[in-house]
Amino acid sequence: MIRIGWAVLAGAAGLAILALGLEAAGYDSSSALTALWNGAFGSWYAFTSATLVRSVPLILIGLGIAIAFRAGVFNIGAEGQFYAGAIAATWVGLHVAGRPAALAIAMVLSASVLAGAAWVAVPVWLKLRFGVIEVISTLLLNFVAESLVSLLVQGPLQEPTGIYPQSDAIAEAARLPLLAAGRLHAGFLLACAGALVLWYLFSRTVWGFRLRAVGLGPRAAEVSGQIDSPRMGAVALLCSGCLAGLAGGVEVSGVSYALFQNLSPGYGFTGIAVALLGGLHPLGVLLSGIFMGALEAGAGAMQRDAGVPSVAVYVVEAVIIMVVLLATTPKGGWIPVRVIRRIRPAAPKAHR
Amino acid sequence: MLELVGIQKHFGSVQALRGADFSLAEGEVHALLGENGAGKTTLMYIANGLVRQDRGEVRVNGVPQPISSPRVARRMGLGMVHQHFTAIPAMTVAENIALAAGWSGHPRDLGRQAQLLSERLGLPLDPNQRAGRLSVALKQRLEVVKALAGEARILLLDEPTAVLAPAEADELLRIIKAFAGSGGAVVLITHKLDEALRAADRVTVLRSGLVTYSGPSGAQSVESLARAMIGPGADLPILQGDGARVPTPQVSDRTLVRLDSLEVSRESGYGIAVRHGRLTIQAGEIVGIAAVEGNGQRELLRTVAGRLLPLRGRLEVARPIGFIPEDRTSEGLILELSLTENVALGMDDQTSWIKRGRIDWRAARRHTAELIREFDIVAPGPDVRASSLSGGNQQKLIVARELSRNPTVIVAENPTRGMDVSATASILSRLRAAADAGAAVLFHSSDLDEVLHLADRVIVMSRGTLMEAPIGASRTVVGQMMLQSESR
Repeated sequence: MIRIGWAVLAGAAGLAILALGLEAAGYDSSSALTALWNGAFGSWYAFTSATLVRSVPLILIGLGIAIAFRAGVFNIGAEGQFYAGAIAATWVGLHVAGRPAALAIAMVLSASVLAGAAWVAVPVWLKLRFGVIEVISTLLLNFVAESLVSLLVQGPLQEPTGIYPQSDAIAEAARLPLLAAGRLHAGFLLACAGALVLWYLFSRTVWGFRLRAVGLGPRAAEVSGQIDSPRMGAVALLCSGCLAGLAGGVEVSGVSYALFQNLSPGYGFTGIAVALLGGLHPLGVLLSGIFMGALEAGAGAMQRDAGVPSVAVYVVEAVIIMVVLLATTPKGGWIPVRVIRRIRPAAPKAHR
Repeated sequence: MLELVGIQKHFGSVQALRGADFSLAEGEVHALLGENGAGKTTLMYIANGLVRQDRGEVRVNGVPQPISSPRVARRMGLGMVHQHFTAIPAMTVAENIALAAGWSGHPRDLGRQAQLLSERLGLPLDPNQRAGRLSVALKQRLEVVKALAGEARILLLDEPTAVLAPAEADELLRIIKAFAGSGGAVVLITHKLDEALRAADRVTVLRSGLVTYSGPSGAQSVESLARAMIGPGADLPILQGDGARVPTPQVSDRTLVRLDSLEVSRESGYGIAVRHGRLTIQAGEIVGIAAVEGNGQRELLRTVAGRLLPLRGRLEVARPIGFIPEDRTSEGLILELSLTENVALGMDDQTSWIKRGRIDWRAARRHTAELIREFDIVAPGPDVRASSLSGGNQQKLIVARELSRNPTVIVAENPTRGMDVSATASILSRLRAAADAGAAVLFHSSDLDEVLHLADRVIVMSRGTLMEAPIGASRTVVGQMMLQSESR
């Protein structure tokens, strides 16, 4: 309950400071916030086709990050794993024309999951074998993934005319079905299902319990004789990579239908904020993912209708992180403070 | 020299001190006694500026002083030696002393200064040695020198002898008496009543944050002090034994633990902790390890418990194994989790309320509630966080969890460390009952009397070698064996 209170306060404080900042910068904050609201929730279309569509990758990545953070390991490389998943999904999607849709989609999404896992497998191996801190290795692999995308869309995966730096569109069969008129696709159901499954795992199963135990007390977990803490951390990182990879696959298969640079507007980093705002609770992540999706969706509308640069919403995101920090006691409860300090400075610089 | 008047302090809903008075005169060693949670350490933390009192006054040399931090305390001439070592292992003795004293200057001068200081105090140390490489007794000596660096006249010692062998403890007590005799003053917090009687001029006993006795130690006996500590009406458990027990007859010939030529590396990975380890334990038998800290007992116990892998040798241990680790807050429990979750932490997949990877939390709660009742754990219920329990009750929870798994082998590291008299008695009797029910028990305690009191057989470990103490060996004999081959 206290967590929910803090989360709401965090969101409200973020919006309030955004409004103050807009006023100070000479914008009309009420019209800007109205545009933000309308862009996110103003109509059924805006809500489903903008907000929810944007929330899908955020929820999936946020869930993955929650798994890692809960286990006491820090996956800062969701952006890279997202791209790895997107690359794999595109490649498979280009080669499944003529197959039944269910099979094609299953192949595309499995490929993206595996690619995400493979991308994080490198830091996992480095950590287990040499003790390399995953915060750094996962972060650095983001740049490798982004460069790889840019290489591929100007080389092997470039569309046949060779004019645009992007891939060809994936096969019809590999595209996720739309849920209604508009752009909302079946990936949203996948994200909701993911949150429910994770909630079940965390609260009802031995595996989920032990994963949480490793995060809160790795020594005690190890000494209990029931848990292999390093292995649990590795598994959590792999799961985290799977979900980020899946987010990339879902984005290609449900929204973009093609691979290009800047496919992600920093989903991998915003996903960290989503996970923290959601209190690392799967259902909390679902809600905070929708909230952040709404901000991203509203940002576009704010730029269009009120002339406010869309990056202004990152103020909200930053304030949320600060309030979450405030809500976090040094002894745990939410997430150890030092963890967030370690993560946060890198995130904005890396992408924006 | 130091007076604490009407000190009150609460932590959350717990009233740690309810108007305690304490005074320390020049030239005296003053023992501060009390059960766990009686407020001894809190009182000294207030004197040392680590904790601020809610009410009451601290006076140094008759002048009220607001001591807001250990730095202020140091300026007033107070130095504290904590329960745990606070030296930085990678730094030299001289650097550690300079850090504590606030010296600055060229490393060579620091070395000379440190050496002069330690010699003037009668506590010689090699200033260029790394603190981490000192023996336990020398580490303790370094702590004392650190506390006295910077002209301290008042020394606060929090259970300084807990990790020392009897001879080393005597040496330390001799040193602090000499320090007091030269115009200083010492507060000695201890659990060991006989030690208080031997070393102290005056004794103050705290119970539940109130002073129940304060006066010269000469007028007191171990019994009367224990009475003042635990209060009227409570049963007085007799723990002071003078020699090893005679083996109980119901020891069977079913061997549950068998080690042969066992070799275990140190936990740090550097060097050998256990050499040629050979040991068998029968069902119903309690084997106690007597050893000074750092002589391989920790590695031996953890290997038997299956928490460490041996380098080589034979190791046969019946299962399931119950393991009570030394450090209850970082290894035994996860403080942020509830009592129920902490009980679940130790359970394997054969537990009745864990089926096919699912935990039935309602059954787990019921099970935990039963343990709370059965083991007299003072807790509002199974859903509170483990951090809300007192140290003694946390330890009882660990013991309850491990014994509830019906282990055939029980390994316990210092199961009563820092526990008060009644909690200690309760835990020891649980271990005895488990052995009587057919379990094999292997335990270590840094309290030699406890080892002698509880164990059917005493094994002395010194520098990784196991030696069986003769049956009925006295405290002195075992104490000598502990130090026998230790290089000093």
